[in-house]
Amino acid sequence: MGFYVFIFLSTKINKYFLVSFFLFLRQLRITVWSLCTKSVSYIKYPKACQQGIAFTKDGRYMAVAERRDCKDFVSIFVCSDWQLLRHFDTETQDLFGIEWAPNGCVLAAWDTCLEYKILLYSLDGRLLSTYRAYEWSLGIKSIAWSPSSQFLAIGSYDEKVRILNHVTWKKITEFEHPATVASSKTIVYKEVEKSPSVETERLSFPPTRALASSLFSTQSKYDVSQVPVSLQHIKPVADRANPKMGIGMLAFSPDNCFLATKNDNIPNAVWIWDIQKLKLFVVLEQLCAVQSFQWDPRQPRLAVCTGSSKVYLWSPAGCVSVQVPMEGDFQIVSLAWHCSGDSVALLSKDNFCVCYLEREEVK
Amino acid sequence: MGDWKTITVPVLSSDSKNIFHYTSEKKISPPSMNSQVLRLPLPSSKSMHSFFSAFCTEENIEQSISYLNRELTTLGFPSIYAESKGQELNLISIINCMNELLVLQHKNLRAQEEVEMQHLKLGSDMDHLQNCYAKLKEQLELSKREIVGLQERDRQLQSKNRNLHQLLKNEKDEVQKLQNIISSRATQYNHDMKRKEREYNKLKERLHQLVMNKKDKKIAMEVLNYVGRADGKRGAWRTDKTEARNEEEMYKVLLSDYEQRQKQLLVENAELKKVLQQMKKEIILLLPPQKQKPKERSEDGPVLSDLEEDIGELNKENMWELSCETVREQLTNSIRKQWRMLKNHVEKLDNQVSRVHSGALNEKDVISREDHELETEKLELEIQQCKEMIKTQQQLLQQQLMSPCDDDTTLLLQDCYLLEERERLQEEWRLFREQKKNFEKERRSFTEAAIRLGLERKAFEEDRGAWLKQQFLSMSTDYKHSENVTTPSAFLGSCDQDNQLVKSTSQRKPPCMLSGPVSGEPCQTSQYITRNSSSAASKKPAGDSKPNQWVESDKEETE
Repeated sequence: MGFYVFIFLSTKINKYFLVSFFLFLRQLRITVWSLCTKSVSYIKYPKACQQGIAFTKDGRYMAVAERRDCKDFVSIFVCSDWQLLRHFDTETQDLFGIEWAPNGCVLAAWDTCLEYKILLYSLDGRLLSTYRAYEWSLGIKSIAWSPSSQFLAIGSYDEKVRILNHVTWKKITEFEHPATVASSKTIVYKEVEKSPSVETERLSFPPTRALASSLFSTQSKYDVSQVPVSLQHIKPVADRANPKMGIGMLAFSPDNCFLATKNDNIPNAVWIWDIQKLKLFVVLEQLCAVQSFQWDPRQPRLAVCTGSSKVYLWSPAGCVSVQVPMEGDFQIVSLAWHCSGDSVALLSKDNFCVCYLEREEVK
Repeated sequence: MGDWKTITVPVLSSDSKNIFHYTSEKKISPPSMNSQVLRLPLPSSKSMHSFFSAFCTEENIEQSISYLNRELTTLGFPSIYAESKGQELNLISIINCMNELLVLQHKNLRAQEEVEMQHLKLGSDMDHLQNCYAKLKEQLELSKREIVGLQERDRQLQSKNRNLHQLLKNEKDEVQKLQNIISSRATQYNHDMKRKEREYNKLKERLHQLVMNKKDKKIAMEVLNYVGRADGKRGAWRTDKTEARNEEEMYKVLLSDYEQRQKQLLVENAELKKVLQQMKKEIILLLPPQKQKPKERSEDGPVLSDLEEDIGELNKENMWELSCETVREQLTNSIRKQWRMLKNHVEKLDNQVSRVHSGALNEKDVISREDHELETEKLELEIQQCKEMIKTQQQLLQQQLMSPCDDDTTLLLQDCYLLEERERLQEEWRLFREQKKNFEKERRSFTEAAIRLGLERKAFEEDRGAWLKQQFLSMSTDYKHSENVTTPSAFLGSCDQDNQLVKSTSQRKPPCMLSGPVSGEPCQTSQYITRNSSSAASKKPAGDSKPNQWVESDKEETE
């Protein structure tokens, strides 16, 4: 009938409350249980959209997207006592998502993909700015705040990323993701398979685990391709909804220097942009479609997974492909870094493994 | 004499020769014959005899001769008759005339040849021109056709262009239309969506109600063991105070964020201002003041001083950290100005460098460099020569100074110099003494003259007195008292005057003498003195009695 989603908030402020999110029949119900008092409060009409709930980085405030009577609203709650701080409506057709800036003072709310519209609200509910890039075509697919709250990157269905600056909330640049990389300053790493080098003398019976895995899995390495490079480009079918096109993934590196993007039209590539120069820096071309990537929370190191049993790491020093030494198939579909940056958890459908990174450079 | 019968003869007939042949008499009129003679070509030798006999026969020799004479004279030739006699023929003149006629004939032939040549040339030129004309006409035709073709193409392209423009417009209109359609459809969809959403919500509510009603007890969660707060207090109620507190905290958060941002911006601003000022200073330093023309210098002068003033002002102002609009604008404007000047200067330098590097050097530059080299060579030579000269001179000087090594020679030399000087001095002394003597003589002569003069004057006065006495006595019978008083005074006055003159001359002499060896003569002159002095002063030039001339004569004496 429904499934329960519990989120326990373990911040210092909230150790006396328990918030439950109950999704039933496509209706979300948020209940706040106070562990000290015997009071229960409900948050009415929350919107079950992709990013309908957003917590500030310090956990002080929670913004909830609501929809009542075909109109969208945003409620801001103080997490310490779950009191409603602000409640305001948004001028959106169908609010798709909300996200706090890392400084906790600006809330970005964007509309459904049918309408390219992003609204920026201050913590006290004032509308700071609205940004619309174009009309009628499919709009925003994903957004990302830079860690310093200086930039807001908006990825849209037209295969472009637009960067807004926090002072004027106007576009300062846009990044294109064409199928042919022509700029000579860009480094393109192409993943190539390398045939496994098996020395026949070392073959033994029964084969060791390592040997088995090495025999049956193909190693890969990165080669630097010469520009111009043409990437594998797919054109999605025009008459299907939610087409696989546009910028589906965006992430800023923690030092604010790089932005990693993925253009769903070019599913095998990860684009890394230099934010200081506002230019394309590196393109990683993988053998399979990129499933997800995440930055190391401490340094500019990107971990990428493509559904194969390899995890790929990129840093400005270079990039490397690491084979997960598991027997059988281990298809990494997602990954998550530890907050210290020393290890990363690699998740497949049924399993997960933790990859530890040494302090020295990974060769 | 034969009779002249006039027969009408057809002009330029081919039978003219025959006519000539068959007429025994002179029946042809001279003018027509004349013309015919000129037009006909030289007759062949066969018919020559007959031709010539046709004109002159035994009968009409005289007439033909006279006729010939007339013709020749009209043509400007001398008469073939002898001067004095009417009938005698001057053979020499005839021969001369013949020769002249032959020469004339040759000339005419040559002229004819030339004319024919020219005619041929002109003909060929004409042909050539006609060919050219024909070719040019062809070319003109071709180009006309080309033009027509190009015009046609141009027209086609223009029409294509217009079509494309039209297409573009149509496309744009279509796009606009489609957009309008899309927008209208979108509004329709939104409206429908909203309607459906409302319906759906209603249905959900209903469903929830139904589902909930079915259950006996509510599915709810109960908290069993409440956790107490660490500090034992009870939970805070939701009151206005808490709300106010929340608001306050929220605003604090916002404000702190804004303050932080503003601080960052101020820091950035200050840094940028510093950088701009540094840049400005460096630009001013970079701008070279000496290479510019005076006009520019005069322009830069006040500008630079302005800049320095600006720098001073801004430095002062930055101390107080004013960031008002005017200061900022001033700074940016001044930097822009300076940057422009620097850019112009760099461009000029670049042009100069490119001119030097490029192959197309100016003639002037090349020559000037060569000249420069030549001049430097010349100057170097000159320097060398001068140095050599100096060396030699130094050597000579050294020799001069060093060569008299023994004392006798030096003494002799010294003595020589001294002797020279002594002799000179002695000469001068001699001259001086001579002059002195002369002046003494003159003075004596002058004094004698003056004494004589005085004596003479006395005598003259006595005479005059006597004469006047006589007069007076003669006239005293008429005038007794009135003149007695006046005349003696006149005498006295004149006597005094004379005395004064003498005194003055005697007085004036010594000072004149003391003033120099030259002016021995008295300064003041009177008629008497000049006369005497002219006789006494032998050195003076003859006939010169004017006092102005003394200065010049003095000068002559000193030289």
